[in-house]
Amino acid sequence: MTLFWILGVLLVASAVFVISQRKPVYSVVGLLFHFAVLAVFFLTLNAEFLAVIQIVIYSGATLILFVFVIALLSSGVAPFSVGPNRMPKAAIPAGLIAFVALALVVYGILRAPLVNAPRAATTSIPGAVGAPNVFGSVADFGKALFTTHLLPFEMTAFILMVAVIGVVALAGETTPFVPSLRRARIIEREMREALLRGGEE
Amino acid sequence: MSWLLVLIKSALLLFVVITTFAYAMLFERKIMGWMQLRPGPNRVGPWGLLQPAADAVKMLFKEDLTPSTADPLIYKLAPFISLVSAFGAYAIIPWSEPRPGDIWSIGNVNAGILFIFALTAIGVYGVSLGGWASGSKYPLLGSVRATAQMISYELAMTMSVIGVLIVAGTTSLAGIVHAQQRIWFVIPQLIGFAIYFVTAVAETNRAPFDLVEADAELVAGFHTEYSGLRFGLFFIAEYVNMLTVSCVATLLFFGGWNAPFGWTFIPGIVWFILKVLFFIFCYIWLRATMPRFRYDRLMAFGWKVLLPVATLNLIATAVVVAVKG
Repeated sequence: MTLFWILGVLLVASAVFVISQRKPVYSVVGLLFHFAVLAVFFLTLNAEFLAVIQIVIYSGATLILFVFVIALLSSGVAPFSVGPNRMPKAAIPAGLIAFVALALVVYGILRAPLVNAPRAATTSIPGAVGAPNVFGSVADFGKALFTTHLLPFEMTAFILMVAVIGVVALAGETTPFVPSLRRARIIEREMREALLRGGEE
Repeated sequence: MSWLLVLIKSALLLFVVITTFAYAMLFERKIMGWMQLRPGPNRVGPWGLLQPAADAVKMLFKEDLTPSTADPLIYKLAPFISLVSAFGAYAIIPWSEPRPGDIWSIGNVNAGILFIFALTAIGVYGVSLGGWASGSKYPLLGSVRATAQMISYELAMTMSVIGVLIVAGTTSLAGIVHAQQRIWFVIPQLIGFAIYFVTAVAETNRAPFDLVEADAELVAGFHTEYSGLRFGLFFIAEYVNMLTVSCVATLLFFGGWNAPFGWTFIPGIVWFILKVLFFIFCYIWLRATMPRFRYDRLMAFGWKVLLPVATLNLIATAVVVAVKG
Protein backbone atom coordinates (compact mmCIF):
# COMPACT_ATOMS: atom_id res chain seq x y z
CA MET A 1 0.00 0.00 0.00
CA THR A 2 2.92 2.35 0.74
CA LEU A 3 4.23 1.60 -2.75
CA PHE A 4 0.83 2.49 -4.19
CA TRP A 5 0.93 5.94 -2.63
CA ILE A 6 4.54 6.62 -3.58
CA LEU A 7 3.88 5.62 -7.17
CA GLY A 8 0.57 7.50 -7.23
CA VAL A 9 2.19 10.72 -6.08
CA LEU A 10 5.00 10.29 -8.61
CA LEU A 11 2.48 9.61 -11.38
CA VAL A 12 0.39 12.68 -10.67
CA ALA A 13 3.45 14.87 -10.13
CA SER A 14 5.01 13.81 -13.43
CA ALA A 15 1.68 14.33 -15.23
CA VAL A 16 1.46 17.86 -13.84
CA PHE A 17 5.08 18.42 -14.86
CA VAL A 18 4.23 17.38 -18.43
CA ILE A 19 1.45 19.94 -18.87
CA SER A 20 3.10 22.75 -16.91
CA GLN A 21 6.39 22.91 -18.83
CA ARG A 22 6.90 25.64 -21.41
CA LYS A 23 9.59 23.76 -23.31
CA PRO A 24 8.16 20.82 -25.28
CA VAL A 25 11.26 18.69 -24.69
CA TYR A 26 10.82 18.94 -20.92
CA SER A 27 7.26 17.72 -21.37
CA VAL A 28 8.57 14.76 -23.35
CA VAL A 29 11.08 13.86 -20.63
CA GLY A 30 8.32 14.20 -18.02
CA LEU A 31 6.07 11.93 -20.05
CA LEU A 32 8.89 9.41 -20.41
CA PHE A 33 9.23 9.31 -16.63
CA HIS A 34 5.44 9.11 -16.28
CA PHE A 35 5.31 6.05 -18.55
CA ALA A 36 8.12 4.40 -16.60
CA VAL A 37 6.28 4.91 -13.31
CA LEU A 38 3.08 3.64 -14.92
CA ALA A 39 4.95 0.49 -15.97
CA VAL A 40 6.10 -0.05 -12.38
CA PHE A 41 2.50 0.46 -11.31
CA PHE A 42 1.41 -2.33 -13.65
CA LEU A 43 4.16 -4.53 -12.19
CA THR A 44 2.78 -4.03 -8.69
CA LEU A 45 -0.57 -5.27 -10.06
CA ASN A 46 1.15 -8.38 -11.49
CA ALA A 47 0.47 -7.18 -15.03
CA GLU A 48 3.97 -7.90 -16.26
CA PHE A 49 3.17 -8.10 -19.95
CA LEU A 50 1.21 -4.86 -19.84
CA ALA A 51 4.12 -3.13 -18.10
CA VAL A 52 6.61 -4.16 -20.77
CA ILE A 53 4.25 -3.39 -23.63
CA GLN A 54 3.54 0.00 -22.09
CA ILE A 55 7.22 0.86 -22.43
CA VAL A 56 7.68 -0.72 -25.86
CA ILE A 57 4.64 0.95 -27.45
CA TYR A 58 4.29 4.29 -25.70
CA SER A 59 7.88 5.12 -24.81
CA GLY A 60 9.49 3.26 -27.67
CA ALA A 61 7.24 4.18 -30.56
CA THR A 62 4.82 6.99 -29.77
CA LEU A 63 6.88 9.28 -27.59
CA ILE A 64 10.02 9.01 -29.71
CA LEU A 65 8.04 10.48 -32.59
CA PHE A 66 7.33 13.51 -30.39
CA VAL A 67 11.07 13.93 -29.90
CA PHE A 68 11.56 13.52 -33.61
CA VAL A 69 9.01 16.22 -34.46
CA ILE A 70 10.38 18.59 -31.82
CA ALA A 71 13.92 18.09 -33.11
CA LEU A 72 12.80 18.63 -36.69
CA LEU A 73 10.83 21.78 -35.91
CA SER A 74 13.65 22.92 -33.64
CA SER A 75 10.94 24.48 -31.55
CA GLY A 76 12.33 23.06 -28.35
CA VAL A 77 13.60 26.53 -27.48
CA ALA A 78 10.19 28.09 -26.98
CA PRO A 79 6.59 27.03 -27.52
CA PHE A 80 4.90 28.15 -30.68
CA SER A 81 2.30 30.80 -30.16
CA VAL A 82 1.13 31.32 -33.71
CA GLY A 83 -2.45 32.60 -33.75
CA PRO A 84 -4.54 33.98 -30.91
CA ASN A 85 -4.29 32.23 -27.55
CA ARG A 86 -7.49 30.23 -27.15
CA MET A 87 -6.57 28.88 -23.73
CA PRO A 88 -8.66 31.15 -21.43
CA LYS A 89 -11.87 30.57 -23.37
CA ALA A 90 -11.37 26.83 -23.76
CA ALA A 91 -10.19 26.15 -20.21
CA ILE A 92 -13.55 26.10 -18.41
CA PRO A 93 -15.54 23.92 -20.86
CA ALA A 94 -12.57 21.57 -21.28
CA GLY A 95 -12.19 21.29 -17.52
CA LEU A 96 -15.89 20.53 -17.12
CA ILE A 97 -15.83 17.85 -19.81
CA ALA A 98 -12.72 16.28 -18.31
CA PHE A 99 -14.33 16.28 -14.86
CA VAL A 100 -17.51 14.61 -16.17
CA ALA A 101 -15.46 12.01 -18.04
CA LEU A 102 -13.38 11.27 -14.94
CA ALA A 103 -16.51 11.00 -12.79
CA LEU A 104 -17.97 8.50 -15.27
CA VAL A 105 -14.78 6.44 -15.17
CA VAL A 106 -14.75 6.40 -11.36
CA TYR A 107 -18.44 5.45 -11.34
CA GLY A 108 -17.77 2.66 -13.82
CA ILE A 109 -14.85 1.31 -11.79
CA LEU A 110 -16.83 1.34 -8.56
CA ARG A 111 -19.60 -0.66 -10.23
CA ALA A 112 -17.21 -3.19 -11.79
CA PRO A 113 -17.73 -6.73 -10.50
CA LEU A 114 -14.05 -7.24 -9.65
CA VAL A 115 -14.00 -4.33 -7.20
CA ASN A 116 -17.20 -5.33 -5.42
CA ALA A 117 -16.38 -9.03 -5.25
CA PRO A 118 -14.84 -10.26 -2.01
CA ARG A 119 -11.08 -10.58 -2.21
CA ALA A 120 -10.89 -14.35 -2.18
CA ALA A 121 -13.30 -14.64 -5.08
CA THR A 122 -10.91 -13.31 -7.75
CA THR A 123 -10.23 -16.03 -10.28
CA SER A 124 -6.44 -16.26 -10.30
CA ILE A 125 -4.06 -16.06 -7.44
CA PRO A 126 -1.53 -13.28 -8.01
CA GLY A 127 1.83 -14.99 -7.97
CA ALA A 128 5.36 -13.73 -8.13
CA VAL A 129 6.06 -11.44 -11.04
CA GLY A 130 7.94 -13.40 -13.66
CA ALA A 131 6.52 -16.83 -12.90
CA PRO A 132 4.73 -18.43 -15.84
CA ASN A 133 1.02 -19.31 -15.89
CA VAL A 134 -0.01 -16.83 -13.24
CA PHE A 135 -2.29 -13.84 -13.51
CA GLY A 136 -0.83 -11.21 -15.82
CA SER A 137 1.77 -13.44 -17.50
CA VAL A 138 2.30 -13.24 -21.24
CA ALA A 139 0.44 -16.47 -21.99
CA ASP A 140 -2.48 -15.49 -19.79
CA PHE A 141 -2.71 -12.07 -21.36
CA GLY A 142 -2.56 -13.40 -24.91
CA LYS A 143 -5.20 -16.03 -24.23
CA ALA A 144 -7.60 -13.44 -22.83
CA LEU A 145 -6.92 -11.10 -25.72
CA PHE A 146 -7.63 -13.66 -28.43
CA THR A 147 -10.51 -15.57 -26.81
CA THR A 148 -12.73 -13.76 -24.32
CA HIS A 149 -11.79 -10.23 -25.39
CA LEU A 150 -11.39 -10.73 -29.12
CA LEU A 151 -14.18 -8.34 -30.17
CA PRO A 152 -13.00 -5.32 -28.12
CA PHE A 153 -9.44 -6.03 -29.29
CA GLU A 154 -10.42 -6.03 -32.95
CA MET A 155 -12.66 -3.01 -32.45
CA THR A 156 -9.75 -1.06 -30.93
CA ALA A 157 -7.56 -1.97 -33.88
CA PHE A 158 -10.32 -0.79 -36.22
CA ILE A 159 -10.77 2.52 -34.39
CA LEU A 160 -7.01 3.17 -34.45
CA MET A 161 -6.98 2.40 -38.16
CA VAL A 162 -9.79 4.91 -38.73
CA ALA A 163 -7.80 7.52 -36.79
CA VAL A 164 -4.69 6.89 -38.91
CA ILE A 165 -6.67 7.16 -42.17
CA GLY A 166 -8.31 10.32 -40.82
CA VAL A 167 -4.94 11.90 -40.13
CA VAL A 168 -3.69 11.04 -43.61
CA ALA A 169 -6.90 12.41 -45.15
CA LEU A 170 -6.59 15.63 -43.18
CA ALA A 171 -2.85 16.19 -43.52
CA GLY A 172 -2.14 14.65 -46.89
CA GLU A 173 -3.71 17.34 -49.07
CA THR A 174 -3.22 16.92 -52.79
CA THR A 175 -2.53 20.61 -53.25
CA PRO A 176 0.22 21.92 -50.98
CA PHE A 177 -0.75 24.56 -48.43
CA VAL A 178 0.49 27.94 -49.64
CA PRO A 179 -0.13 30.76 -47.15
CA SER A 180 -0.80 34.22 -48.48
CA LEU A 181 2.23 36.50 -48.46
CA ARG A 182 0.85 38.52 -45.56
CA ARG A 183 0.08 35.40 -43.52
CA ALA A 184 3.51 33.94 -44.25
CA ARG A 185 5.19 37.10 -43.00
CA ILE A 186 3.15 37.04 -39.80
CA ILE A 187 4.05 33.39 -39.16
CA GLU A 188 7.71 34.03 -39.84
CA ARG A 189 7.84 37.04 -37.51
CA GLU A 190 6.08 35.21 -34.73
CA MET A 191 8.41 32.23 -35.02
CA ARG A 192 11.42 34.53 -34.87
CA GLU A 193 10.04 36.29 -31.81
CA ALA A 194 9.33 32.96 -30.16
CA LEU A 195 12.92 31.89 -30.73
CA LEU A 196 14.25 35.18 -29.36
CA ARG A 197 12.09 34.91 -26.27
CA GLY A 198 13.45 31.44 -25.68
CA GLY A 199 17.00 32.70 -25.98
CA GLU A 200 16.52 35.24 -23.21
CA GLU A 201 15.51 32.70 -20.65
CA MET B 1 18.55 -12.72 2.18
CA SER B 2 17.42 -12.64 -1.44
CA TRP B 3 18.01 -8.91 -1.81
CA LEU B 4 21.59 -9.40 -0.66
CA LEU B 5 22.05 -12.05 -3.34
CA VAL B 6 20.63 -9.65 -5.94
CA LEU B 7 23.02 -6.96 -4.76
CA ILE B 8 26.04 -9.27 -4.97
CA LYS B 9 25.01 -10.54 -8.39
CA SER B 10 24.48 -6.97 -9.64
CA ALA B 11 27.88 -5.80 -8.40
CA LEU B 12 29.57 -8.83 -9.92
CA LEU B 13 27.77 -8.42 -13.22
CA LEU B 14 28.55 -4.72 -13.37
CA PHE B 15 32.23 -5.53 -12.90
CA VAL B 16 32.14 -8.25 -15.57
CA VAL B 17 30.28 -6.09 -18.10
CA ILE B 18 32.55 -3.07 -17.59
CA THR B 19 35.68 -5.21 -17.89
CA THR B 20 34.27 -6.84 -21.01
CA PHE B 21 33.57 -3.37 -22.42
CA ALA B 22 37.13 -2.27 -21.74
CA TYR B 23 38.68 -5.29 -23.39
CA ALA B 24 36.16 -5.39 -26.23
CA MET B 25 37.47 -1.95 -27.11
CA LEU B 26 41.08 -3.15 -27.04
CA PHE B 27 40.08 -6.32 -28.91
CA GLU B 28 38.45 -4.19 -31.59
CA ARG B 29 41.47 -1.95 -32.05
CA LYS B 30 43.81 -4.95 -32.16
CA ILE B 31 41.70 -6.92 -34.64
CA MET B 32 41.18 -3.88 -36.86
CA GLY B 33 44.90 -3.20 -36.71
CA TRP B 34 45.76 -6.72 -37.82
CA MET B 35 43.17 -6.60 -40.59
CA GLN B 36 44.76 -3.40 -41.85
CA LEU B 37 48.33 -4.77 -41.53
CA ARG B 38 49.39 -2.66 -38.54
CA PRO B 39 50.11 -3.75 -34.96
CA GLY B 40 47.33 -1.85 -33.14
CA PRO B 41 47.88 -0.45 -29.63
CA ASN B 42 51.04 -2.02 -28.17
CA ARG B 43 52.69 0.69 -26.05
CA VAL B 44 50.85 0.47 -22.72
CA GLY B 45 51.69 -2.74 -20.91
CA PRO B 46 52.50 -6.09 -22.59
CA TRP B 47 50.64 -6.34 -25.98
CA GLY B 48 48.87 -3.10 -25.07
CA LEU B 49 46.88 -4.86 -22.37
CA LEU B 50 46.79 -1.81 -20.09
CA GLN B 51 45.46 0.45 -22.82
CA PRO B 52 41.85 0.43 -21.45
CA ALA B 53 43.11 1.61 -18.06
CA ALA B 54 45.08 4.42 -19.70
CA ASP B 55 42.00 5.43 -21.71
CA ALA B 56 39.83 5.41 -18.62
CA VAL B 57 42.23 7.66 -16.72
CA LYS B 58 42.43 10.03 -19.67
CA MET B 59 38.63 10.14 -19.92
CA LEU B 60 38.26 10.85 -16.20
CA PHE B 61 40.61 13.82 -16.18
CA LYS B 62 39.44 15.50 -19.36
CA GLU B 63 37.48 18.69 -18.97
CA ASP B 64 33.73 18.24 -19.11
CA LEU B 65 32.41 21.00 -21.38
CA THR B 66 28.82 22.14 -21.74
CA PRO B 67 28.19 24.36 -24.77
CA SER B 68 26.53 27.68 -23.95
CA THR B 69 23.74 26.92 -26.42
CA ALA B 70 23.00 23.57 -24.81
CA ASP B 71 19.98 22.81 -22.68
CA PRO B 72 21.93 22.07 -19.49
CA LEU B 73 19.50 19.68 -17.79
CA ILE B 74 18.76 17.42 -20.74
CA TYR B 75 22.36 17.63 -21.95
CA LYS B 76 23.42 16.10 -18.64
CA LEU B 77 20.56 13.63 -18.47
CA ALA B 78 21.01 12.05 -21.92
CA PRO B 79 24.19 10.00 -21.29
CA PHE B 80 22.63 8.52 -18.17
CA ILE B 81 19.54 7.40 -20.07
CA SER B 82 21.82 5.67 -22.59
CA LEU B 83 23.93 3.97 -19.95
CA VAL B 84 21.11 2.86 -17.64
CA SER B 85 19.09 1.33 -20.47
CA ALA B 86 22.21 -0.41 -21.78
CA PHE B 87 23.03 -1.99 -18.41
CA GLY B 88 19.40 -2.80 -17.56
CA ALA B 89 19.32 -5.70 -19.98
CA TYR B 90 21.83 -7.65 -17.88
CA ALA B 91 19.29 -7.93 -15.11
CA ILE B 92 17.62 -10.76 -16.98
CA ILE B 93 20.18 -12.28 -19.34
CA PRO B 94 20.80 -15.85 -18.16
CA TRP B 95 24.41 -17.02 -18.46
CA SER B 96 24.00 -20.71 -17.89
CA GLU B 97 21.62 -23.55 -17.07
CA PRO B 98 19.42 -22.62 -14.07
CA ARG B 99 19.58 -25.06 -11.18
CA PRO B 100 16.74 -25.50 -8.67
CA GLY B 101 16.70 -22.46 -6.40
CA ASP B 102 19.61 -20.87 -8.19
CA ILE B 103 19.52 -18.92 -11.44
CA TRP B 104 22.39 -17.53 -13.51
CA SER B 105 20.80 -14.13 -13.84
CA ILE B 106 19.63 -11.43 -11.47
CA GLY B 107 15.97 -11.81 -12.29
CA ASN B 108 13.92 -14.34 -14.22
CA VAL B 109 11.36 -12.36 -16.16
CA ASN B 110 8.58 -14.21 -17.92
CA ALA B 111 8.36 -11.52 -20.62
CA GLY B 112 12.20 -11.75 -20.96
CA ILE B 113 12.88 -10.78 -24.55
CA LEU B 114 10.16 -8.10 -24.50
CA PHE B 115 11.89 -6.55 -21.49
CA ILE B 116 15.08 -6.25 -23.52
CA PHE B 117 13.17 -4.62 -26.37
CA ALA B 118 11.63 -2.17 -23.92
CA LEU B 119 15.10 -1.17 -22.71
CA THR B 120 16.39 -0.83 -26.27
CA ALA B 121 13.44 1.47 -26.93
CA ILE B 122 14.42 3.65 -23.97
CA GLY B 123 18.05 3.71 -25.17
CA VAL B 124 17.03 5.66 -28.27
CA TYR B 125 16.19 8.63 -26.03
CA GLY B 126 19.77 8.98 -24.84
CA VAL B 127 20.97 9.48 -28.41
CA SER B 128 18.11 11.65 -29.64
CA LEU B 129 17.82 13.88 -26.56
CA GLY B 130 21.61 14.17 -26.29
CA GLY B 131 21.90 15.35 -29.87
CA TRP B 132 19.01 17.75 -29.51
CA ALA B 133 20.19 19.21 -26.21
CA SER B 134 23.69 19.96 -27.50
CA GLY B 135 22.23 22.97 -29.29
CA SER B 136 24.38 22.79 -32.41
CA LYS B 137 23.66 21.59 -35.90
CA TYR B 138 25.69 18.43 -36.40
CA PRO B 139 24.52 16.74 -33.22
CA LEU B 140 20.94 17.66 -34.12
CA LEU B 141 21.29 16.08 -37.57
CA GLY B 142 22.87 13.03 -35.97
CA SER B 143 20.08 12.66 -33.45
CA VAL B 144 17.33 13.06 -36.05
CA ARG B 145 19.04 10.36 -38.10
CA ALA B 146 19.40 8.18 -35.03
CA THR B 147 15.74 8.42 -34.16
CA ALA B 148 14.58 7.61 -37.68
CA GLN B 149 17.08 4.78 -38.09
CA MET B 150 16.52 3.15 -34.74
CA ILE B 151 12.72 3.15 -34.90
CA SER B 152 12.79 1.85 -38.47
CA TYR B 153 15.11 -1.02 -37.69
CA GLU B 154 13.54 -1.80 -34.33
CA LEU B 155 10.37 -2.79 -36.17
CA ALA B 156 12.12 -5.29 -38.42
CA MET B 157 14.13 -6.58 -35.45
CA THR B 158 11.03 -7.27 -33.37
CA MET B 159 9.36 -8.97 -36.35
CA SER B 160 12.38 -11.23 -36.89
CA VAL B 161 12.41 -12.29 -33.25
CA ILE B 162 8.68 -13.10 -33.05
CA GLY B 163 9.37 -16.07 -35.35
CA VAL B 164 11.63 -17.53 -32.66
CA LEU B 165 9.01 -16.87 -29.99
CA ILE B 166 6.40 -18.78 -32.03
CA VAL B 167 8.70 -21.78 -32.50
CA ALA B 168 9.76 -21.79 -28.85
CA GLY B 169 6.28 -21.03 -27.51
CA THR B 170 7.61 -18.79 -24.72
CA THR B 171 9.01 -15.29 -24.22
CA SER B 172 11.26 -16.26 -21.31
CA LEU B 173 14.94 -16.29 -22.30
CA ALA B 174 15.72 -19.45 -20.32
CA GLY B 175 12.65 -21.10 -21.88
CA ILE B 176 13.83 -20.22 -25.38
CA VAL B 177 17.25 -21.76 -24.69
CA HIS B 178 15.59 -24.92 -23.34
CA ALA B 179 13.57 -25.20 -26.53
CA GLN B 180 16.85 -25.34 -28.50
CA GLN B 181 18.25 -28.47 -26.86
CA ARG B 182 17.53 -30.54 -29.97
CA ILE B 183 18.22 -27.99 -32.71
CA TRP B 184 19.50 -24.42 -32.62
CA PHE B 185 16.96 -21.96 -33.95
CA VAL B 186 19.46 -20.57 -36.42
CA ILE B 187 18.59 -23.52 -38.69
CA PRO B 188 14.75 -23.33 -38.81
CA GLN B 189 14.85 -19.51 -38.46
CA LEU B 190 17.76 -18.73 -40.78
CA ILE B 191 15.98 -15.75 -42.39
CA GLY B 192 14.97 -14.47 -38.97
CA PHE B 193 18.58 -14.72 -37.80
CA ALA B 194 19.90 -12.90 -40.87
CA ILE B 195 17.44 -10.05 -40.33
CA TYR B 196 18.15 -9.96 -36.61
CA PHE B 197 21.89 -9.73 -37.19
CA VAL B 198 21.59 -6.88 -39.71
CA THR B 199 19.08 -4.91 -37.64
CA ALA B 200 21.15 -5.46 -34.49
CA VAL B 201 24.13 -3.76 -36.16
CA ALA B 202 21.86 -0.87 -37.13
CA GLU B 203 20.31 -0.68 -33.65
CA THR B 204 23.68 -0.36 -31.99
CA ASN B 205 24.76 2.30 -34.54
CA ARG B 206 27.85 0.35 -35.52
CA ALA B 207 29.53 0.46 -38.93
CA PRO B 208 28.32 0.05 -41.67
CA PHE B 209 25.18 1.56 -40.14
CA ASP B 210 26.89 4.31 -38.13
CA LEU B 211 25.10 7.10 -39.98
CA VAL B 212 24.31 8.55 -36.58
CA GLU B 213 27.92 9.55 -36.02
CA ALA B 214 29.18 9.45 -39.61
CA ASP B 215 32.47 11.29 -39.07
CA ALA B 216 32.85 12.25 -42.72
CA GLU B 217 29.59 14.18 -42.75
CA LEU B 218 28.61 15.00 -39.16
CA VAL B 219 31.93 15.44 -37.28
CA ALA B 220 30.90 12.89 -34.63
CA GLY B 221 27.13 13.00 -34.88
CA PHE B 222 25.07 13.16 -31.73
CA HIS B 223 28.05 13.22 -29.32
CA THR B 224 30.05 15.94 -31.08
CA GLU B 225 29.72 18.35 -28.15
CA TYR B 226 30.25 15.79 -25.41
CA SER B 227 33.64 15.47 -23.77
CA GLY B 228 35.28 13.81 -20.82
CA LEU B 229 33.28 11.39 -18.75
CA ARG B 230 29.94 12.25 -20.35
CA PHE B 231 31.29 11.19 -23.71
CA GLY B 232 32.68 8.14 -21.93
CA LEU B 233 29.17 7.16 -20.81
CA PHE B 234 27.90 7.20 -24.41
CA PHE B 235 30.96 5.24 -25.43
CA ILE B 236 30.40 2.59 -22.76
CA ALA B 237 26.71 2.40 -23.70
CA GLU B 238 27.57 1.70 -27.33
CA TYR B 239 29.86 -1.22 -26.48
CA VAL B 240 27.53 -2.59 -23.81
CA ASN B 241 24.70 -2.51 -26.34
CA MET B 242 26.88 -4.43 -28.75
CA LEU B 243 27.49 -7.00 -26.03
CA THR B 244 23.75 -7.16 -25.29
CA VAL B 245 22.69 -7.83 -28.86
CA SER B 246 25.45 -10.48 -29.08
CA CYS B 247 24.05 -12.14 -25.94
CA VAL B 248 20.51 -11.99 -27.34
CA ALA B 249 21.63 -13.46 -30.68
CA THR B 250 23.34 -16.29 -28.77
CA LEU B 251 20.30 -16.94 -26.60
CA LEU B 252 17.69 -16.76 -29.37
CA PHE B 253 19.47 -18.38 -32.31
CA PHE B 254 22.64 -20.16 -31.21
CA GLY B 255 21.36 -22.28 -28.38
CA GLY B 256 22.60 -20.14 -25.47
CA TRP B 257 24.61 -22.35 -23.16
CA ASN B 258 23.76 -25.58 -25.02
CA ALA B 259 26.91 -27.36 -26.17
CA PRO B 260 27.31 -28.18 -29.88
CA PHE B 261 28.04 -31.79 -31.01
CA GLY B 262 27.19 -33.01 -27.52
CA TRP B 263 30.47 -31.69 -26.10
CA THR B 264 29.01 -31.30 -22.65
CA PHE B 265 32.36 -31.79 -20.90
CA ILE B 266 32.87 -28.04 -21.36
CA PRO B 267 30.54 -26.14 -19.00
CA GLY B 268 27.61 -24.18 -20.40
CA ILE B 269 28.85 -20.80 -19.34
CA VAL B 270 32.06 -21.28 -21.35
CA TRP B 271 30.01 -22.07 -24.44
CA PHE B 272 27.90 -19.02 -23.84
CA ILE B 273 30.92 -16.74 -23.56
CA LEU B 274 32.57 -18.27 -26.64
CA LYS B 275 29.44 -17.72 -28.72
CA VAL B 276 29.10 -14.12 -27.53
CA LEU B 277 32.77 -13.49 -28.34
CA PHE B 278 32.20 -14.89 -31.81
CA PHE B 279 29.44 -12.34 -32.41
CA ILE B 280 31.56 -9.49 -31.10
CA PHE B 281 34.31 -10.58 -33.49
CA CYS B 282 31.78 -10.50 -36.35
CA TYR B 283 30.87 -6.91 -35.44
CA ILE B 284 34.50 -5.83 -35.50
CA TRP B 285 35.04 -7.72 -38.74
CA LEU B 286 32.10 -5.87 -40.31
CA ARG B 287 33.42 -2.52 -39.13
CA ALA B 288 36.87 -3.18 -40.54
CA THR B 289 35.66 -4.31 -43.95
CA MET B 290 32.37 -2.60 -44.86
CA PRO B 291 31.98 0.97 -46.15
CA ARG B 292 29.19 3.10 -44.66
CA PHE B 293 25.68 3.03 -46.13
CA ARG B 294 24.17 6.06 -47.80
CA TYR B 295 21.32 7.44 -45.73
CA ASP B 296 18.48 7.08 -48.26
CA ARG B 297 19.61 3.53 -49.07
CA LEU B 298 19.65 2.69 -45.38
CA MET B 299 16.02 3.77 -45.02
CA ALA B 300 14.93 2.07 -48.24
CA PHE B 301 16.70 -1.14 -47.16
CA GLY B 302 15.01 -1.10 -43.76
CA TRP B 303 11.49 -0.43 -44.94
CA LYS B 304 11.41 -2.07 -48.36
CA VAL B 305 13.58 -5.14 -47.79
CA LEU B 306 14.04 -6.06 -44.13
CA LEU B 307 10.51 -5.34 -42.88
CA PRO B 308 8.61 -7.20 -45.68
CA VAL B 309 10.98 -10.17 -45.50
CA ALA B 310 10.67 -10.29 -41.71
CA THR B 311 6.88 -10.16 -41.98
CA LEU B 312 6.80 -12.95 -44.57
CA ASN B 313 9.13 -15.03 -42.40
CA LEU B 314 6.79 -14.47 -39.45
CA ILE B 315 3.70 -15.51 -41.45
CA ALA B 316 5.45 -18.59 -42.84
CA THR B 317 6.62 -19.61 -39.35
CA ALA B 318 3.14 -19.11 -37.92
CA VAL B 319 1.57 -21.23 -40.69
CA VAL B 320 4.11 -24.06 -40.27
CA VAL B 321 3.69 -24.11 -36.48
CA ALA B 322 -0.11 -24.01 -36.81
CA VAL B 323 -0.17 -26.86 -39.37
CA LYS B 324 2.20 -29.05 -37.34
CA GLY B 325 0.01 -28.44 -34.33
